[in-house]
Amino acid sequence: MAHTQTSAPAGGASAAGPTATKATAGGNRHQLVAFLIMAAFFAIAPLVVYPVFLMKVMCFALFACAFNLLIGYGGLLSFGHAMFLGTAGYVAAHAAKVWGFTPELAILSATACAGVLAWVTGFLAIKRQGIYFAMITLALAQMIFFFYLQAPFTGGEDGIQAVPRGKLFGIFDLSSAAGMYPVVLFIFLGGFLLIWRIVNSPFGQILKAIRENEPRALSLGYDTDRYKHVAYVLSGTLSGLAGATKALVFQLASLTDVHWSMSGEVVLMTLVGGLGTLFGPVVGAAVIVSMQNYLAQIGAWVTVVQGVIFVICVLAFRRGIIGEIANFIRKPL
Amino acid sequence: MEIFGIPTQALFGQLLIGLINGSFYALLSLGLAVIFGLLNIINFTHGAQYMMGAFAAYLLLNKAGLGYWWALLLAPIIVGFTGVLIERFMLKRLYNLDHLYGLLLTFGVALIIQGLFRNEYGASGLPYQMPPQLTGGTNLGFMFLPNYRAWVIIASLVVCLGTWFVIERTKLGSYLRAATENPQLVQSFGINVPRMITLTYGFGVGLAALAGVMAAPIYQVSPQMGADLIIVVFAVVVIGGMGSILGSIITGFGLGLIEGLTKVFYPEASNTVIFVIMAIVLLFKPAGLFGTQK
Repeated sequence: MAHTQTSAPAGGASAAGPTATKATAGGNRHQLVAFLIMAAFFAIAPLVVYPVFLMKVMCFALFACAFNLLIGYGGLLSFGHAMFLGTAGYVAAHAAKVWGFTPELAILSATACAGVLAWVTGFLAIKRQGIYFAMITLALAQMIFFFYLQAPFTGGEDGIQAVPRGKLFGIFDLSSAAGMYPVVLFIFLGGFLLIWRIVNSPFGQILKAIRENEPRALSLGYDTDRYKHVAYVLSGTLSGLAGATKALVFQLASLTDVHWSMSGEVVLMTLVGGLGTLFGPVVGAAVIVSMQNYLAQIGAWVTVVQGVIFVICVLAFRRGIIGEIANFIRKPL
Repeated sequence: MEIFGIPTQALFGQLLIGLINGSFYALLSLGLAVIFGLLNIINFTHGAQYMMGAFAAYLLLNKAGLGYWWALLLAPIIVGFTGVLIERFMLKRLYNLDHLYGLLLTFGVALIIQGLFRNEYGASGLPYQMPPQLTGGTNLGFMFLPNYRAWVIIASLVVCLGTWFVIERTKLGSYLRAATENPQLVQSFGINVPRMITLTYGFGVGLAALAGVMAAPIYQVSPQMGADLIIVVFAVVVIGGMGSILGSIITGFGLGLIEGLTKVFYPEASNTVIFVIMAIVLLFKPAGLFGTQK
């Protein structure tokens, strides 16, 4: 069991394996160039693309990057990440609407709540590995879902609507898209840089070692459970950051964000973009969000299309878009 | 008459519903355990296949005029056959990869199946008539027992114990258990292991479909009926551990009963009680009640 789960993202691992060594050896230049292109794109794009759509992409991109931190670098497949996105969304919405928090405080408190939730659930989930880990996270997330379904403050099926975006630090009005966009861009790029830093830190290296061979890492004296727990908390917290931001952007927190299908969607985004690649989740999120936008009129077919993409990715396209590009240019991305 | 301030009628009524749910948990987690034993795959499509079983019964009745008893026989065969196709054309390609890919693939297949059925039949439930032989009920003195519900509990117990008997006490079962331990060795003895794997998957899927047929007259037939159920069954599997066949049967029925009791004493928690139990079991016995941690 231990052996089978350590090779977790087999497709991603082959792409990410060399990433580990080269990245620390100073081969970061391609990634830096890619990062600058990405930052420039999101800075200029609102001139031509609908900004709310771009903000949605960035929120989901951060969510997928946070998820990828766990599966791509830690080899742990969580099927319950919606609980962090949704929890932070509810807390941020409630704090901004009912308690009158300023947006930065609403986002920070919501992110902290997601972190606490990740600490508690992670404590339980890391007791098992591989597919059991996936089933446990799914079950825990379902428990959280039912809690929000019944809890009075979430508004049940209606959710928390008309959440005020408020004024950043009490000064900058965020009610317009032009006001909100720079904040979302800042949060997204900040979160991305943080994940980049974590992946290349000694902590990230040990995490990859645990993914590749847990007994070996254990025998070298690393408390592997603690590393996995910390990775899980980091991933959950950053997912919470994405969820809180999303709640303010759409001025809405609803059950959709805690439902298991959301957990499935983030898996799909990461899989399409490339497991264990730095930029894959961003591309995957952009692809899936655009797809949902264009396919919105065909209703339930969206689920079918998503299922088909899942099947194709698993059967024939395990490296994902960025994984394939990275493999083609033989550089980690 | 009252027990702990609860009318016995209500108490036993909920316990009965709990046992019914437990029958479905047991049948479904048994199928998952059988599939996992040989394929090392967690079959996320299981909930969708349970739903397909119910729809097969519905369609057999409305398109072919074949009633409940025919459906009980034919639906598991038909749905099991679709399972064989899934194994042959998709799952087969993943055996040398990490098990997580099997989970992702079956999740995708579940999305496709549920989406297709929702497009065709809408999200609302369709009624399915109870077989005329099993309508009515028996008055046991302390409660009224509808015949159909008694039948579901007994039938699923028989199927579960039958499966246990085949796997643990027959020659076929011994091949199966041997292949679970060491497929290469079993194959070298001249046993067609790939075919056995295919049929095992088909059988596990058939069990899910059988549960679906039995559920059709109790719950309505709807495309989403398996989606949430499968998550509860996952929790049941984590609680029981997938090591033992008897273990998953006992856990299934036991958790159904506990859920029923919760509905009586603290209804707000009835949706979550199984997940809470899962958390507690993970704290004290991470491998599950009947499992062994490898």
